[in-house]
Amino acid sequence: MTAPAAGPLSQALLELAPDHPDLLAVSADVVKYTDLAAFAARYPDRVLNVGMAEQNLVAVAAGLAKAGFVPFATTFGVFATRRALDFIEIQAALNGTNVKICGGLPGVMSTFGPTHQAIDDLAHLRAVPGLTVIDPCDAAEMRAAAVAAYHHDGPVYLRLLLDKAAPLPEPRAPFRIGEAVRLAEGTDVAIVASSFLVGLALAAAQRLAGEGISAAVLKVSTLRPFDAPAVAALASGVSAVVTAENHTVVGGLASSVAEVLAREGLGRPLRAVGVQDQWGPLGSFEYVTAHHGLTEDAIAAAAHDALRAAEAGAGAVSR
Amino acid sequence: MSLERAAHRMRLRAVRMAEGKGEGYVGQGLQTADVLAVLFGVELRLAGTGGEDRFLLSTGHYSIGLWAAFAEAGLLAEADLDHYGRDGHPVAMSTIDGALPGVELTGGSLGHGPGVAAGLALGLRMRGSDGRVFVYLSDGELQEGSVWEAAMFASARELSNLWAVVDINRTQADGPLVLEVEPCAAKFRAFGWSCVEADGHDIGALLAALDELRGRPGPKALICYTEIGHGVRLIAERERAHFVRVGDDEWEQVRRELEGTAP
Repeated sequence: MTAPAAGPLSQALLELAPDHPDLLAVSADVVKYTDLAAFAARYPDRVLNVGMAEQNLVAVAAGLAKAGFVPFATTFGVFATRRALDFIEIQAALNGTNVKICGGLPGVMSTFGPTHQAIDDLAHLRAVPGLTVIDPCDAAEMRAAAVAAYHHDGPVYLRLLLDKAAPLPEPRAPFRIGEAVRLAEGTDVAIVASSFLVGLALAAAQRLAGEGISAAVLKVSTLRPFDAPAVAALASGVSAVVTAENHTVVGGLASSVAEVLAREGLGRPLRAVGVQDQWGPLGSFEYVTAHHGLTEDAIAAAAHDALRAAEAGAGAVSR
Repeated sequence: MSLERAAHRMRLRAVRMAEGKGEGYVGQGLQTADVLAVLFGVELRLAGTGGEDRFLLSTGHYSIGLWAAFAEAGLLAEADLDHYGRDGHPVAMSTIDGALPGVELTGGSLGHGPGVAAGLALGLRMRGSDGRVFVYLSDGELQEGSVWEAAMFASARELSNLWAVVDINRTQADGPLVLEVEPCAAKFRAFGWSCVEADGHDIGALLAALDELRGRPGPKALICYTEIGHGVRLIAERERAHFVRVGDDEWEQVRRELEGTAP
């Protein structure tokens, strides 16, 4: 039997394992579906399966951390946050426990519909004091984020973006927790993007340039702590702001950006690309993303809409 | 006899704490004294005091009993008990992990202790430690599904260093058990645990039960049948309440009754 291929999480764990004997993985019956199989094939004694029991997954991980291990606990994002939220809040976040909760199938990545699409995990966890929340934008960043999560002393929720995201152009800035990165400069509109929408935002910005619109792109891969200074600096140089996220527009990136704009007194029209406060269908990634408008087209359209609102607002003020 | 005397001192401390605060889980403090006197008096060899055992109080609002036991074991100064439940003081109405040396779990949200204890027991075994993990939980807590997630996991992983102390007082927040938990021992046995039942106010029976469990395989459950407010009729006979109200004028009577029963 050939060894399973290592995706970005297994690659990170395989890289860390030889020098870090405290590294463990724990899963709630999704070793194969959260990219732990390759790590488990190489280190079978360092992968524990608790079965289909997400509360116990987080509790056991917290107990292992108390014994001095650094567990990566994997389940799907929906189950981590909908079934085990109390355990994440109390046994991970409140206690500052050194566990890394990994949420598979982030946003609309699942073809299996609302039961498996974690469209609200960030909203739940953004409200949890003491927790670091990471939403990587492509596979390479996913791998780097897992390594960074290991080295971060404290509880982390890491969204497992394993595939389907277009890789960012290289070379890229090294991944650092809490640091938003400006990928394109622009003077008309700013696109603040996360997850696989970062790649779509870059494509949308290029298209907008062809239409005479100068669009900046900011990649936000850490939702908490949120890089408010980067967002404020970006927004102050443009007339309108668009957010684009693999999540409902309630409580995630759009809300985080809106809070910064309000706090800084930066009155800019804001348009949010994301799941529009609704449940979605089962179906292929292409079908589901088209249904929710998680597309390059939708980002470009939102930029136009936001700029129209900015112009109308400017006219209103001058009258 | 010395354990009976320790339990009696712990009951006096529980009453002192609750009276000082003017309210509190005095019923649970009285109820847990015998079991905790045995555990802290002769059974546990705690990490930080020369041993490797850990004690996790899942039922956080039983902290009043834990503080009394800590004082008996020398982990807390007697004077610290005067701050029970006072704003800003770690001798609190519930337990926060690390708030005081020896507090190993944040225990207020019920059903968390067994899973954390199972993970800790597994981790200690992987580290080659001989330490045991004791988790104290209550019967009402057994209604939380997470308890049984942990119970299934503990036996499947043969965590013979995990001990659960299940305190059956047949009371929960809404009063007398609102959902039957018996047969409790049969449930744990069905989940693959070694299990012994004992009268939670009979020191000799508790010691014998612990001895009986010691050599048994897999995770172990000591099921203790207790009475809320045990040792003070005024409290035990009051309407079976989770959070007993004692009038300002009644504390003197409570203390007199307790002092009159010194072993």
